[in-house]
Amino acid sequence: MAAKVLVVTSGKGGVGKTTSTAALGAALASAGKKVVVVDFDVGLRNLDLIMGAERRVVYDLINVTQGDAKLSQALIRDKRLDTLHLLPASQTRDKDALTSEGVARVMEDLRAQFDWVICDSPAGIERGAQLAMHHADMAVVVTNPEVSSVRDSDRIIGMLDSTTARAKAGQRIDKHLLLTRYDPARAARGDMLKVEDVLEILSIPLLGIIPESQDVLRASNVGSPVTLADPSSAPARAYMDAARRLEGETLEMQVPGEKKSLLGKLFGRRVA
Amino acid sequence: MSFFSNLFGKKNTAPVARERLQMLLKHEKVGNSHNQLVAVLQEEILAVIAKHMQIDRDKVVVKMDSGNEVNTLEIDIEMPSPARA
Repeated sequence: MAAKVLVVTSGKGGVGKTTSTAALGAALASAGKKVVVVDFDVGLRNLDLIMGAERRVVYDLINVTQGDAKLSQALIRDKRLDTLHLLPASQTRDKDALTSEGVARVMEDLRAQFDWVICDSPAGIERGAQLAMHHADMAVVVTNPEVSSVRDSDRIIGMLDSTTARAKAGQRIDKHLLLTRYDPARAARGDMLKVEDVLEILSIPLLGIIPESQDVLRASNVGSPVTLADPSSAPARAYMDAARRLEGETLEMQVPGEKKSLLGKLFGRRVA
Repeated sequence: MSFFSNLFGKKNTAPVARERLQMLLKHEKVGNSHNQLVAVLQEEILAVIAKHMQIDRDKVVVKMDSGNEVNTLEIDIEMPSPARA
């Protein structure tokens, strides 16, 4: 299979880009794919912390682009999954140290080694976010059902369609909506934007709906992607379905808190 | 999650988060000049080792002690097992 470069982006901060990068990366790696997750948030890296690899970072993306370290020296192999790797961002360097030529070279090398290259974008629409999306074949747009997040996602979708390498070459970039921090209680009360409202406004296909959950917070506390920390939890199952959809499978969409069958009620909670 | 923590309700994760953050921030914030030298030595030693194998940051311990006659520099490096190197 040819490598796929995927950017996880949103415009707005705090919506769950890093959590989603780690969870999707681990889910794809669990399915046997060779995966690297790349942190583009220079100066404010956090993917290492969410992956539980913060004590193992010595070299980073900027060291590689500047030739101070080889790619193999900067890649951190996950201790739980041999197929999962992390390329951390620099915490101390200025973000201008990341050049587009340097990133292009690294992305080409990563494409040769991995099935999935997942780029965790920084928030915002500046250079860092543009570099993270530039080489992408696909994008996961992480959005909360909340007005400012939807507006920022719309802006990011516009950028995906205009500033990326694919857009400039007149090619399409595959865009998918990942709705995160979905709160079934608020949805039931009618106090949250509806899934179909968000879909209608952004008009890109839905990859998954991740419920707001303590399990996500617990997973980040212990430094493990939620799909590894607690695979039977609701958010983990939603992420695993989303990963399978990225691989091209068609699965029925689960809306958190909706239409559980009797069987689902009896057995759907915690089977594993 | 261990068998028991699953069986008897989940273990609290907040203390783990606190410990991880303290450890991380201690490394990122380097204080006075004496500590600075030790930190620089640790970083450079780590950088050399990491060119050849993956190693946890806390497996390289650098300590400096001042005695009456001599100062000592203690460097303790715990190598990863060959399977993971």
